[in-house]
Amino acid sequence: MSTHAAEKRGFGAVLWDYLTTVDHKKIAILYLIGGGFFFVLGGLEAMLIRIQLISPDNEFISAQFYNEVMTMHGTTMIFLAAMPLLFALMNAVVPLQIGARDVAFPFVNALGFWLFAFGGILLNLSWFVTGAPDAGWTAYAPLSIISPGHGVDFYAVGLQISGFGTLMAGINFIVTIINMRAPGMTYMRMPLFTWTTFVASILILFAFPALTVGLFEMTFDRLFGANFFKPEMGGNVIIWEHLFWIFGHPEVYILVLPAFGVFSEVIPTFSKKRLFGYSSMVFATVLIAFLGFMVWAHHMFTVGLGPIANSIFAVATMAIAVPTGIKIFNWLLTMWGGNIRITTPMLYALGFIPSFTIGGMTGVMLATAAADLQYHDSYFVVGHFHYVIVGGVVFGVLAGLTYWWPRMFGTMLDEKLGKWTFWLFFIGFHLTFFIQHFLGLMGMPRRYWKFLPDQGLDTGNLISTIGAFFMAAGAILFVWNIIITSVRNEKVSGDPWDARTLEWAIPNPTPEYNFKQIPLVRGLDPLWIEKMEGNGKMTPAEPLGDIHMPNSSFLPFMMSLGLFIAGIGVIFQVDNNSWWIVAIIGFAITLGTMFLRSIKDDLGYHIHKEDLEDKGAGVK
Amino acid sequence: MSKNTNSAHSEQFYKEKHKEEMKHQVITFAMMIIFTIIAFGLVAGGFSKYFTIPVILVLAVVQFLFQLYYFMHMNQKGHEMPALMIYSGVFAAALTVLGLTTIVWW
Ligand code: HEM
Ligand SMILES: [Cu+2]
Repeated sequence: MSTHAAEKRGFGAVLWDYLTTVDHKKIAILYLIGGGFFFVLGGLEAMLIRIQLISPDNEFISAQFYNEVMTMHGTTMIFLAAMPLLFALMNAVVPLQIGARDVAFPFVNALGFWLFAFGGILLNLSWFVTGAPDAGWTAYAPLSIISPGHGVDFYAVGLQISGFGTLMAGINFIVTIINMRAPGMTYMRMPLFTWTTFVASILILFAFPALTVGLFEMTFDRLFGANFFKPEMGGNVIIWEHLFWIFGHPEVYILVLPAFGVFSEVIPTFSKKRLFGYSSMVFATVLIAFLGFMVWAHHMFTVGLGPIANSIFAVATMAIAVPTGIKIFNWLLTMWGGNIRITTPMLYALGFIPSFTIGGMTGVMLATAAADLQYHDSYFVVGHFHYVIVGGVVFGVLAGLTYWWPRMFGTMLDEKLGKWTFWLFFIGFHLTFFIQHFLGLMGMPRRYWKFLPDQGLDTGNLISTIGAFFMAAGAILFVWNIIITSVRNEKVSGDPWDARTLEWAIPNPTPEYNFKQIPLVRGLDPLWIEKMEGNGKMTPAEPLGDIHMPNSSFLPFMMSLGLFIAGIGVIFQVDNNSWWIVAIIGFAITLGTMFLRSIKDDLGYHIHKEDLEDKGAGVK
Repeated sequence: MSKNTNSAHSEQFYKEKHKEEMKHQVITFAMMIIFTIIAFGLVAGGFSKYFTIPVILVLAVVQFLFQLYYFMHMNQKGHEMPALMIYSGVFAAALTVLGLTTIVWW
């Protein structure tokens, strides 16, 4: 129904709809577009890096530009691609998995997206001004403090703004999952993707403030003459490293836990078995999050913290391998004796298990503090974290998108093209990164613009670049798949994979209110229980009644736009005081819209019972 | 008829409960005032710094818990999640402070 209406509406109306939407399903699509755009951008930057390193002593790009591209690649991929793509999946799926009509704070949800979008745009504006940030995605002081031009200012302010958005998204998911579960959906019946979203959101809540503080201190050092990180003025550069990694290590789990969640949904569905060791999976997730806060200094073994601190952090880090191992074995045992269907999402899951295990193994190697003095800042580290981030997070996102595409768009991505994408990506990934471990062991340092000929590094780098082209081909194929699927526009049923969880109990396309009647949940894998014991439909937990819906609003966009303008003003006021005018205009827009939001009651509207009855049967 | 007695019963029950709660609040309030007087007394009395500072900190923590549990009702049912979140946050913050004080500034 709604699609027919959409076809009739003009482009302007659709655009306005998305600019003002507070519907979690549409916000998911916005996150997908935003995250997808930055993923392509970060991918192009990666290709520039790899082309520069295709042969020794290459002059493809200049040293300064290399530093900028390398910094922006890392920053973009972590903050502007991986996280938003995961938020896309969370927004699309979590409310449906717990039987809710929306998230707890739809307005805040939209605000979170727009803050991310404007923060990301601000960061990338730097390309057109005095050059992009060039101090690495970790922006270590004092390099980041003395870096000339405005690049690092854009880093600090842009990430600050998008970080606010991330914090809001995290808080929103925590409250949604605690408060909005359908009757019968106890904590220990929540699907693993909901659990990992929940735990990752808690990590966001507690880890991001450290980044916020660090970025504020950096902003004040660079723009307002403060001395937090200036040793000659009594500051201390190591504080930045601590703050960054107190945020940074939980961040890697914020990324990888939801990916674990995706695979914990995909593997049971395509093995036709319930998840093996459900409660130990939940326990392992929580344990990883808990330990994840106590290991940050493993990124700082070479700083000189002393043998006691190094040993404590080394042991704590190695301990994380235990809950991670529990998870790996549970996935394997879920498949054991299962009725396995090799679909595209399942292929990603099968590729993920060995790839991620290699990344975890090199992680334990790195965690050996004494040995890390050799590995540190070499290509070995680059190999390690790409195995966990690409083999874990990117595979997870691609699997999740393929798996939930029918839920999000009502159509199936082409399976044949999907498998081609997987193989290109998988082979390219191992070609690119496996050899990098050995390049690192042979002494190739990380973040260098050039390497010299005849040091045994030539062939390895060439292979690595060839692999990168395979991955690029895979990514292009994925985009092509999206395009032809949208053009064909063949709608499928609400449950095309014969799946187990609640999000598949909804007809296709998903109505704006998700569930006409909130369903009653009778156990883990609620839809599967009904398929086995009932008539394949969820039993409603409430009589048909009016549904309360939130109103769309343009205020989130304006609030974020205000901060964007203010950010530009704050960055440039060091050059010329009159930029303060811009900053004040920006802050005024933000505060004005906040004021408007506070004084104007927005009570939403109701969809009436009679209109619902017209629309045929209730929950499928 | 029976309905009436029922509601009378529950009214009675809630009255008792409120009375109980009131009692707790008054007691905690009195304790908090006493704690504050002790804290001021310690400073005014000129005791050793190494005695005064830890005692005041402990008193502050206890007062804070009183505030949370008795005045912000965390002692009642349905507050498990907020409690869990608060303690996780305190844990993360404490680790940060501990890390910075021991490794950076020691
Ligand atoms: C068993 C699990 C893991 C262990 C033991 C581990 C250990 C380590 C260690 C010790 C380092 C520092 C190496 C150095 O700089 O010398 C490191 C770096 C890194 N790890 Fe892991 N790790 C694990 C899992 C992960 C996961 C799951 C992710 C992300 C999803 C991740 C992402 C990273 C990143 C991005 C870096 C590089 C940071 C930088 O310096 O730019 N790691 N890991
Ligand atoms: Cu780490």
